[in-house]
Amino acid sequence: MKELRLMKGNEAIAEAAIRAGADAYFGYPITPQSEILEYLMAEKPYDRTGMVVLQAESELAAINMVFGAAAAGRRAITTSSSPGISLFQEGISYIAGAELPCLIVNVVRGGPGLGTIQPSQADYFQATKGGGHGDYHLLVLAPASVQEMCDFVPLGFDLAFKYRNPVLILTDGLIGQMMEKVELFDQIPRATEFDQSWVATGKTPDRQRHIITSLDLDSANMEKHNQDLQVKYKKMKQEIRYEKILCEDAEYLIVAYGSSARISQKTVEIARNKGIKIGMLRPITLYPYPYEVISKLADHVKGILSVELNTGQMVEDVRLAVNGKVKVEHYGRFGGMIHSPEEVLNAFTEIFIKK
Amino acid sequence: MELSDIIREENIVYRRTPLMTDNILSYCPGCGHGTTHRLIMEVIEELGIQTQTVGVAPVGCSVLAYDFMDLDWLQAPHGRAPAVATGLKRVMPDKYIFTYQGDGDLAAIGTGETIHSCNRGENITIIFINNGIYGMTGGQMAPTTLPGMVSSTSPYGRDVKTMGNPIKMTELVAQLPGTYFVTRQAVHSPSAVRKAKKAIRKAFENQKLNKGVSFVEIVSSCNSGWRMTPVQANKWMEENMFPFYPLGDIKVDGELVKKEESQKKQQS
Repeated sequence: MKELRLMKGNEAIAEAAIRAGADAYFGYPITPQSEILEYLMAEKPYDRTGMVVLQAESELAAINMVFGAAAAGRRAITTSSSPGISLFQEGISYIAGAELPCLIVNVVRGGPGLGTIQPSQADYFQATKGGGHGDYHLLVLAPASVQEMCDFVPLGFDLAFKYRNPVLILTDGLIGQMMEKVELFDQIPRATEFDQSWVATGKTPDRQRHIITSLDLDSANMEKHNQDLQVKYKKMKQEIRYEKILCEDAEYLIVAYGSSARISQKTVEIARNKGIKIGMLRPITLYPYPYEVISKLADHVKGILSVELNTGQMVEDVRLAVNGKVKVEHYGRFGGMIHSPEEVLNAFTEIFIKK
Repeated sequence: MELSDIIREENIVYRRTPLMTDNILSYCPGCGHGTTHRLIMEVIEELGIQTQTVGVAPVGCSVLAYDFMDLDWLQAPHGRAPAVATGLKRVMPDKYIFTYQGDGDLAAIGTGETIHSCNRGENITIIFINNGIYGMTGGQMAPTTLPGMVSSTSPYGRDVKTMGNPIKMTELVAQLPGTYFVTRQAVHSPSAVRKAKKAIRKAFENQKLNKGVSFVEIVSSCNSGWRMTPVQANKWMEENMFPFYPLGDIKVDGELVKKEESQKKQQS
């Protein structure tokens, strides 16, 4: 029988990390995600699986500890929230440049600066367009439930190792803090063998030494490296994931991810009760982004509303997908404020129904 | 007499360790990096731990350290080498992990990572090359630049009133309970090289004991950054750097060494 538990989103991430066979977690406390480190420390994963859990002195240190563990071919994970994720960016750029796998979770809060501790989706650009310096991308997963918080941890690790690329779970304080029923997956054993084609675990006589670096002073080589990265990012398109809700007969479309998608799903229900046929597309991967799916849906609807807990970020990707075929607008509360389903419907009516 | 008559096994007094690669060193003539690299690799060869060692390279002149030492390497962001080494060591506690860092990397931008990895007592070796200047970027003031010392960003000499004082990281980390062996050495003379090698060897051997950080500072000259000839630079280092950064053991086997003892030992 499957194991069911009532858990916070943050706790689900932590438990899933242990069960996913993670080798190491390095983190630094920040609201609204401190439960992850607390849960792991209380759970003594070292006794359960041999997993290392260490509280670092800063986010700078935490991401670089991940860098070290990832270089050894291990499953390493770190988590933080917006201001801490900004501090990660240096390390993430190096990890992406050195093509190492790791899992990063951003439980987003409102910004800019120290901002607020309430939920937000204001880190969309940072998450999907690179974040740090240089031309690189993370593979970005956006859970909309505590169950997905749990399930995306092993998925994230698998994708990270498949592409040797950092994977980011982009969630927010709403899903991190709320409690839901979770069906936990069985313990996945920690790996005992590591890909000897790239790991830095000590040069053995049977192979060349491995140098994990993002540096190449020869610009022609660096251009080639960037081209190779772009090829990899193109390949990632096969991982595009999304959920279509009532799109078949929809006259209008809402595009929303994560917590905003949960709110907007209620909007769709209310609207349909009033006879307005709205459908919803929920992107699950934010990078790679489901441009083609949205483009196709745009052929059959009169207008699209991008509903986000920010001042309008993902709407730019929706517009890129739609390419002028129909009107695309943004609605959302921000700075830690959360829109209600009714507010979304009112905004929708104002933009698309009232002339 | 032919060359082969001279280079015979019984006549060999020195052999280059095969653990140094054939790549041409990118360091300036007179710089201490090359000698220190060689000492590390001689120690690793003698201990027979090449297959179990991973180095962490910094940002600075020795960013390309991995080109010269035949090991698995990871090149860390500026100052973060001790954090990267922590990650490596925590998932591979049986391996030998060391960082190789300059004074800008270790004592300025990486101060936090240095202090905290030492304070946690990570079971790693830290090799710290202190030449009192940013060499790679062209001779700017470093955290360890001496008072009054001229650099490209202290062209009238380091004014400690506005630019702060040089930081003695080695003395600082020796105060932390997480450090097990802390020493300051040099590689500018044959006797100094012998002592430095002994210290580096101890710093690697200590990893087997699992008792905390072994920290070896090497005071080095940077004749390019100091705008001197190699010979002038060595003389200047002896006259100016050594009085401020005195050579000798600071902490051995977890115990702080008394100043007089350390000086006595260094003179002998």
